[in-house]
Amino acid sequence: MKYYDKLIFELSKKGRTGFSLPENEFCASRNGGVKPAGCLCNALPENLRRSSALRLPEVGEVDVVRHYTNLSQMNFGVDTGFYPLGSCTMKYNPKINEEVASMPGLAALHPLQPESTVQGALEVYYNMEKALAAITGMSNFTFNPCAGAHGELTGLMIMRQYHILRGDLKRTKVIVPDSAHGTNPASAAVCGLEVVVVKSNADGLVDVADLKPLLGDDIAGIMMTNPNTLGLFEREIAEIAKLVHECGGLLYYDGANMNPLLGVVRPGDMGFDIMHLNLHKTFSTPHGGGGPGSGPVGVAARLEQCLPCPRVIRKEDGTFTVLHGSEESAGYVSGFMGNFGIILRAYAYILSLGHQNLLLAGKFATMSANYIKESLKDCYKLPIPSICKHEFVFDGLINDGAHDDVPGATTLDVAKRLLDFGFHAPTIYFPLLFHQTIMIEPTETESKETIDAFIEVMRKIAAEAAEDPMILKAAPHNAPISRPDETRAARQPILKYWDA
Amino acid sequence: MSKIIEGLKYSETHEWVKVEGNIAVIGVSDYAQKEMGDITYVDMPDVDDEVTREEEFGALESVKASSDLVCPVSGVVVEKNEALEDAPELINQDPYENWIIKVEMSDASELDSLLDAAGYASLIGE
Repeated sequence: MKYYDKLIFELSKKGRTGFSLPENEFCASRNGGVKPAGCLCNALPENLRRSSALRLPEVGEVDVVRHYTNLSQMNFGVDTGFYPLGSCTMKYNPKINEEVASMPGLAALHPLQPESTVQGALEVYYNMEKALAAITGMSNFTFNPCAGAHGELTGLMIMRQYHILRGDLKRTKVIVPDSAHGTNPASAAVCGLEVVVVKSNADGLVDVADLKPLLGDDIAGIMMTNPNTLGLFEREIAEIAKLVHECGGLLYYDGANMNPLLGVVRPGDMGFDIMHLNLHKTFSTPHGGGGPGSGPVGVAARLEQCLPCPRVIRKEDGTFTVLHGSEESAGYVSGFMGNFGIILRAYAYILSLGHQNLLLAGKFATMSANYIKESLKDCYKLPIPSICKHEFVFDGLINDGAHDDVPGATTLDVAKRLLDFGFHAPTIYFPLLFHQTIMIEPTETESKETIDAFIEVMRKIAAEAAEDPMILKAAPHNAPISRPDETRAARQPILKYWDA
Repeated sequence: MSKIIEGLKYSETHEWVKVEGNIAVIGVSDYAQKEMGDITYVDMPDVDDEVTREEEFGALESVKASSDLVCPVSGVVVEKNEALEDAPELINQDPYENWIIKVEMSDASELDSLLDAAGYASLIGE
């Protein structure tokens, strides 16, 4: 990769420009030095006007284009290489999704257009609700949440509203497993609920014995991810659902790990009452800087009235309309109805795969993950050896190369070394159940050749570590920059070029 | 095996306290720094800030996670270890030498509820 590290300000040459505008007919110089009545300067009060010119970079068009093209070539995405970032489901985003979303009749819609002129868009919402209901076993969906965590918050607002409508006001606690995504306890806290942690057992699953004493008449519900963040299916889910329902609580399904279950098992059938889906994970829409997210929330039939507004419904004459506020609704969670362009892409994905192929996605994702796990377990510590779903975790290297005064290679070092070989690093140090966690999720869209190339590199890195861990500790050797101080960059960012 | 120093007081949240007259010198234990991994940032209160027992007074960030620092005693911060601002890894190198803050205690009897070295060793199972 060509090294490029210039700032646009460094390309600036005084007086150079990439545009040519006609002379400002309102300016004083064209009016004999007197500002005409329509002069925009007069529209702003004196104290709001600039006293000096903006110090913008002065650059020609070709230099601007090359600058940003060079920067864009330093990007890494699913379109450039394998991206096994655990928990994120970085599957390939088919280009037909983009084609559908850019059709002018859909892309140019305005949310305030009269209903009669947007019937097709409303039908997409309606059909998508039916499709997701069939895939998940839930009854109804809202598309208003704009991301996964926004979906979690919306789901918990629905949970709280359900208890409030029944007059059951003492249910203020939410149970969250210790392996949960950090967003789960955060969403519960934002929703004003108290978080209670349930432990994992030695198999990495929710410990039912630890759960039982937590259940009572103050429990609003439990949030679970299944398969969990270790990539393991919660085998006791039927028993857990029974226990939580018996105590009067609801079950919330974090859909972040829905991918391996596609077409195999449905959260609704497992006993979940509320769930969110990450369309940007499971349903192949862009994410990770590539586009906004979408976190539709599905509910069981008895919770439909609590869904946020607005919602699309079909009238008896077959046309579609938007239902606004109701007394029972949990309220509004976003303007209009979420990220329509993303919902459209996910709809295109579902239709282009069709029922049979969607059934295969989860199975292929599971097969790829198990193939990598089995191929590398003689080099990397595998804390939980059972069959995984779409992802799994290693707990660092078996031989980290530590000797005498030389410290061993850590998971961070392995991740940095992977960059040298053109792979995106897996998720590291999450979940926190282990010390050197490496979380790998290949997804179903990678060929065997790509996966084999990744396995070969991971084995090579393990061999390097055993021989000389300093090779890993100095990595990346081939990336445009080596190891930035990420914490300080976040804490004390330098966001401007000029000092004053 | 984590290093535990005799004569210090320890909290259940892995802070240590060294008592110098009415001043409590506060840091984190060897066990804590090992659990955290490479520490990349230390978020500290400012001098003259009030701190309260069992309440957050700052945070440690490592390559793995961010973890709140919980104050073992109440009082007023009289000094913070500014060296940690540029070199947070000092805590990994020697967590007992590299203290985080010094607090002028408002109630020295709070020390009684902290663990001694043996009690802390049994807490962390060593």
